[in-house]
Amino acid sequence: MTNKIRVATTSLAGCFGCHMSFLDIDERMLQLVEVVEFDRSPLTDIEHCSNCDIGLIEGGVCNSENVHVLREFRANCKILVAVGACAINGGLPAMRNHIPLEECLNEAYLDGIGVENPQIPSDIELPLLLDQVRPIHEVVKIDYFLPGCPPSADVFWKFLTDLIDGREPSLPYELVHYD
Amino acid sequence: MRQFIQCIAEQNHHQTTHLLKMLREIQSRYHYIPGDAIEQLSGLLNIPRTQIISVVEFYSFFHLSPRGQYELLISDSITDHMLGKKDLFDYLAKSLNVTVGEVRKDGLVSLDNASCTGMCDQGPAGLVNGYALTRLDRSVCDQIAALINQQKPLEEWPSELFQVADNIYQPGLLLNQQLEQGDALKAVFRRGTKETLAELDKSGLRGRGGAGFKTATKWKFCSEEPQPERYVVCNADEGEPGTFKDRVLLNSYADQIFEGMTVCAAIIGAKQGFLYLRGEYLHLHDKLQAILQHRRQNGLLGNNILDTNLNFDIEICLGAGAYICGEESALIESLEGKAGIPRNRPPYPVTQGYLGKPTVVNNVETFLAATGIAVNGGEWFASIGTEKSKGTKILSICGDCARPGIYEYPFGVNVQTILNDCGAVDVLGVQIGGPSGTFITNQELDRKLAFEDLATGGSFIIFNSSRDILDMVQNFTHFFAHESCGFCTPCRVGTSLLRKQLDKIVGGHGSAGDIVELEATCQLIKNHSHCGLGQTAANPILSTLERYPEMYHGLTRNISFDPGFDLDGALETARRLANRDDAGAHLAQTESEHE
Repeated sequence: MTNKIRVATTSLAGCFGCHMSFLDIDERMLQLVEVVEFDRSPLTDIEHCSNCDIGLIEGGVCNSENVHVLREFRANCKILVAVGACAINGGLPAMRNHIPLEECLNEAYLDGIGVENPQIPSDIELPLLLDQVRPIHEVVKIDYFLPGCPPSADVFWKFLTDLIDGREPSLPYELVHYD
Repeated sequence: MRQFIQCIAEQNHHQTTHLLKMLREIQSRYHYIPGDAIEQLSGLLNIPRTQIISVVEFYSFFHLSPRGQYELLISDSITDHMLGKKDLFDYLAKSLNVTVGEVRKDGLVSLDNASCTGMCDQGPAGLVNGYALTRLDRSVCDQIAALINQQKPLEEWPSELFQVADNIYQPGLLLNQQLEQGDALKAVFRRGTKETLAELDKSGLRGRGGAGFKTATKWKFCSEEPQPERYVVCNADEGEPGTFKDRVLLNSYADQIFEGMTVCAAIIGAKQGFLYLRGEYLHLHDKLQAILQHRRQNGLLGNNILDTNLNFDIEICLGAGAYICGEESALIESLEGKAGIPRNRPPYPVTQGYLGKPTVVNNVETFLAATGIAVNGGEWFASIGTEKSKGTKILSICGDCARPGIYEYPFGVNVQTILNDCGAVDVLGVQIGGPSGTFITNQELDRKLAFEDLATGGSFIIFNSSRDILDMVQNFTHFFAHESCGFCTPCRVGTSLLRKQLDKIVGGHGSAGDIVELEATCQLIKNHSHCGLGQTAANPILSTLERYPEMYHGLTRNISFDPGFDLDGALETARRLANRDDAGAHLAQTESEHE
């Protein structure tokens, strides 16, 4: 048992771009792992969350599995953070919100060019799609939001070091200024 | 159609400033703005078609897809709701066999909501093809449905359907004035314009729209501008729900208002004036035109007014259903034929207004008061009222009282006195100044109407103890989300967030965190919005959250979080398409249910 701060991360309806950007903290990762231990995360391949201090969620909520994962994180993480545009607003995946789900599925699996053996996938193993892609704060309570597409490595660094050092996290203007 | 468009473009001298007027004519003839009309108009006016589309999309009364030949709009103001609007709306939809927001299959009729149409003392109210309907009830609805189904032209509808009453219950200093046409102008020419401005200054008159800027100062600033081309604008875009005094003033005191504008023109040196009349008051348009014509014939408008060297005329411009155009710089944009998006201020309209030229924009009531002051002098007005709020205020009183209508009081009157006069009993609270104003409870009825305490543009809505405050808050919050002009993000996004968040809490899906979130969003919109609409859009929530915190907290559930939408319902389409109904194809609404 260590006294390290436990951090879990996951990507829901996202592209892993936020995770890649997180890795862009480069050699500072070595500093981080001195005080942090990763729990469930694509970095560790741990499949389920145990009790954590911080949960970082990339991506919005597009299907039932996303809901379960998000709830698992909420139940286990003291602080839950929406990371990036998709988690905060739904982002790119939410562009389908303007098209009825049935039309989307018909185009992809029935009517689209080059579709063979047309059928809508149906398997108990497959998560069902929600009719709209949702930002994560519409499904569980979220404590902090890291804006950006993706948030820069410095945003991750500033936010995590603030939290680890016991400060209220705050992002200076330069870090959230995009043009 | 080509000939028709050609014709209206010519009538309007191909001026883009008249775009709203042209679009009104097209909408009225075709019941929408056809794409071909936009294309042709863009060629004739030499402006991009996207510019026309942006204007069409901005105003509620213009449509890119066809409405019914009879377009019925029912006022959605809280006061109409208090008079039974919802029941009536459903009844009308059923008897006309039309879905709200849609056109009936035969194209004959469409039914939808409109923001407050300014008939709060004689609601539930509505509009048919732009003309005001009042005191609707089931039998009137039956009558309307029959007329529509018989395809009776509007001109042949019984005139009692369109009766609009003044309901002046308590006239005062201004409403009791008996003036002849020209009295004020003669007084100005006798006394001199500088001296009249001095009287206006002495009167202490402040703008009656609500903001209360000193009128004499505004006129003085404008008259001192180096630019010689100047304009006078009368703001009759009375859109604040619960306000209808300007409608009454224009119906029965129009001569004095036009005279006030002419007095202003004489003082600031303007040649052109505009009356910006809200589209909902279309029924007043012809009457006002006739009064203007009469004034021209009597030498009170046009060249050499009363044989002096004053040349001034007034044009009436109709709005098209946008609350934001009551904001003076948005109004000017609209006068210029554009979407009503408020400008950055400064520069203020007195330096750069209509077409970038110095412009005085005042409320209808301000011009009425100016006329009285021009005749009677400053002291006549200043001797009434309080130290910082001189004269009287004309109020539109509606809601739960025996005699809703128009009341004029000296500034400084307390709320209880007003309630006694209009016959309000068992009062829960009063919304003063409309949705953007303040809600006061029955513990605050000794407060005074004056710029020092409760400022108001004239809206005074009374709620008795049978009412649910949250109905009002929800109605107002939806109103602002609908009327946000969309220019700045805090207001455009923020007002919609407020609407969703409030609906979630009122709908019983809120937890403690949701109220914290609601308040944070309120502060954000209030502090970061571009104009007064956004800065006041959170007032209904903030003023009731402050006064009734227990009411809000009583609505929340003792859970960590509940999504504000039906989570399992969101899987319904996917379940149907995948033909599944196993446990994995369902979601619990909250985590506790889930665990």
